[in-house]
Amino acid sequence: MSLRTSLKALPTLLRIGFSEAVAYRAEMIIWVLATTMPLIMLALWSAVARGGPVGRFGQAEFTGYFLAAFCVRQMTSSWVAWLVSYEVKQGTLAMRLLRPISPLLAYATEVLAGIPLRVAIVLPVLGISVWVAGAERAVPTSLGGWGLFALGIAGAWLITFYLNVLLGTLSLFLESSQKLMEVYMVLFFVCSGYMFPVEFFPPGVRTVMEWLPFRYQMGLPVELLTGAHAAKEAWALLAAQWAWVAGLGVVSTVVWRRGLARFAAFGG
Amino acid sequence: MISVRGLRKHYQVHKRPPGLKAALRSLVHRDYTAVKAVDGISFDIQPGERVGFLGPNGAGKTTTLKVLAGLLHPSEGEVTVDGHVPRFREEAFLKKIMLVMGQKQQLLWDLPPSETFELNRAIYDVPRLQYKQTLDELVSLLELEELIGKPTRQLSLGERMKCELAAALIHRPRVLFLDEPTIGLDVSMQVTMRAFIKAYNEQTGATLILTSHYMDDVAALCPRVIVIDKGQLSYDGSLDALVQRVRPEKRVVLRLGQPVDAALLTPLGKVVSHEPGSAVLQVQQDAVNATVGRALSTLPVTDLTVENAPLEEVMSELFQEGKARRAEAAREEVPA
Ligand SMILES: Nc1ncnc2c1ncn2[C@@H]1O[C@H](COP(=O)(O)OP(=O)(O)OP(=O)(O)O)[C@@H](O)[C@H]1O
Ligand SMILES: [Mg+2]
Repeated sequence: MSLRTSLKALPTLLRIGFSEAVAYRAEMIIWVLATTMPLIMLALWSAVARGGPVGRFGQAEFTGYFLAAFCVRQMTSSWVAWLVSYEVKQGTLAMRLLRPISPLLAYATEVLAGIPLRVAIVLPVLGISVWVAGAERAVPTSLGGWGLFALGIAGAWLITFYLNVLLGTLSLFLESSQKLMEVYMVLFFVCSGYMFPVEFFPPGVRTVMEWLPFRYQMGLPVELLTGAHAAKEAWALLAAQWAWVAGLGVVSTVVWRRGLARFAAFGG
Repeated sequence: MISVRGLRKHYQVHKRPPGLKAALRSLVHRDYTAVKAVDGISFDIQPGERVGFLGPNGAGKTTTLKVLAGLLHPSEGEVTVDGHVPRFREEAFLKKIMLVMGQKQQLLWDLPPSETFELNRAIYDVPRLQYKQTLDELVSLLELEELIGKPTRQLSLGERMKCELAAALIHRPRVLFLDEPTIGLDVSMQVTMRAFIKAYNEQTGATLILTSHYMDDVAALCPRVIVIDKGQLSYDGSLDALVQRVRPEKRVVLRLGQPVDAALLTPLGKVVSHEPGSAVLQVQQDAVNATVGRALSTLPVTDLTVENAPLEEVMSELFQEGKARRAEAAREEVPA
C-alpha cells in the first residue's frame, strides 16, 4: 500500500485498535499480572543486596532497575508471533491478505493501539519507583535523558516486533514453530537483562551479549530509564540497537514475503 | 476481465501414518505427496458476467477462487484479473476485488460491524460521501439497521453473513468472488441474499463468480456455469445447455382428480413417481406433445406442467458420470 494511503488510514486503524484493546482489557490485566517476573526478581535481588551491594547495585538500585524492567516490558511486549502463527494455521491470515494494507502494518498498529492502556499501568509504577528508589535511580533527570530513553524504547519495540514477525512467519515454513518461540522466550528472559542486569555476565559472555539483539530489547531502555549511561556510551549502544532494528526490519520483511508464497489459506 | 490458462495448484502435504513410531520417524524423514487440487483448467470471463462454479466436494472450487484472489500462488499456469497478476497483490488489484468465504470472518469479533465498515472505509480510502451512500444502501437492502450496532459475537450466523457481505462491499469491488454465500441461511434469507447479489451485479456491472451447492442459487444467479471435477474442467457453458446435454428428457407433472391405476401410466412414459393425487412422467423431448395429449384424454387430469429435470438430479448425474469415467481410466492404466 502506498505510504500516503497508509498514513491516511492510520488514525482510524489506531482508534479501532484501541476500542479492541478496551474490549480485551480483562485479558490484558491477566497478562500484566502474568508478567510479574521483574517483581519476583526484585524481591530476590533485594534479599541478596541486603548483605552488601552487588556491583553498583544496592537495594535502591535494584528497585529502580526491576520496576523499570516491568515498565519496559509493558510498553514493548508483542504477541505478534503467536498471532501470525495462529492465523496461518486457521487460515484467517487470508482476510488480511485481501486488504490493500500491509498485514505487517496492521499487526503493528494493533500492538501500538494497546499502548495507551499500558501507559496507564506504567505511570503509577514509575511513580512508586521514584518514591521508593529516589528520582535519580528511577527516571531520567534531564530532558536529554528522556530523549535517549524515547529512542531506546522505540528501538526496543521495533526489535521485539520484528523478532515476533520472524518467529511467526516461520510457521509458514515449519509444521511447528511453537518450540522455537519457547526457545526465544528463554533466551529473552536470560540474555535481555530481564532477570538480572546484563552487566552481571562475566566479561567474555557480556561481549557476546552486546552482539545479540536481546539486551537491546530490555536492558538498554531500562538502563536509559534509570540513568546508567553517560551520553557518549548511550549513543554508542543506541547505534548498535538501531543497527539491529534496520537489519531485522529487512530480514523479517524478506522472510515474510517468501513465506506468503507458501501460505495454504486453510479452510473455506 | 478474468483469464485463466492451464492453472494448476498442487498442495504439498506431509503424509504421516498414525502411531508414535511414525511420529518419531517423521522428525527425521518426511514424505510429501502432492494433492492436485486444481489440475490444469482454463477459462475466460467477460466483465459483468455472473458465473457459477459447480462441482462435488473437494473439486477445487475454493482453491481456484483463492488463486484468483491472490491468496494462493499457482503451481503452474497464467492467471490475470483485469490485467493484474493476483499473486502480486498490487494495491490497485486488491481495491478492485473481494473474496467472501462463508466462515472466515473479517468482522471484528468484539466490536459492532459498524466499526469494521469504518475500518474498511479507511483502508480502502473510500470518500466519505460515497461511503455514506454505499452504507445506506447496504443497510436498507440487507435490513441491517438493528444489527450494525451490536457486537459481532452476539449476532446469529445469518445476521453475521449479511454483515460480512456488507463489509465486503464497502469499497464497491469490480470483481466479486463468493464462496458459498448462502450456506447455513434460512430459506427467506437465501432469497434475500440472491436478490441482493443479483442487484449488485446489475447496478454496478461487477463481475461475479460464485460457488454453491444450492442449485436454487445457481438457477437464480448464474446464466453460465463452469463445472470442475477433481481439479479438471468438465463443463463450461450455459446452464440450459448443460441440462439439455445431461438430461434431455422432460418431465410431465400431473395432478389427478382421483387415483389411477399404474397400468394406465406406464404406456405414457417412464414413471418417476406415482401417488394417489399426482404422478410424474419422464419422456423424450419430441414425445412431450403426444404424451400430454394422451394424458389429457385418458386420465382425470386437473393440472399439468412440463418441466426440466431438477438441477440437483442433473448435477448428481454429471458428477456420477465423472466418477465412472475416472474409474474407467484407472482400470485401463492397470496392466492386465
Ligand atoms: N491447504 C490445503 N492443503 C492441502 N490440501 C488441500 C488444502 N486445501 C484444499 N486441499 C485439498 O484440495 C482439494 C480441493 O479443495 P477445495 O477446497 O478447493 O475444494 P472445493 O471444490 O471448494 O470443495 P467444497 O465443495 O467441499 O468446498 C481437496 O481434495 C482438498 O482436500
Ligand atoms: Mg469450497
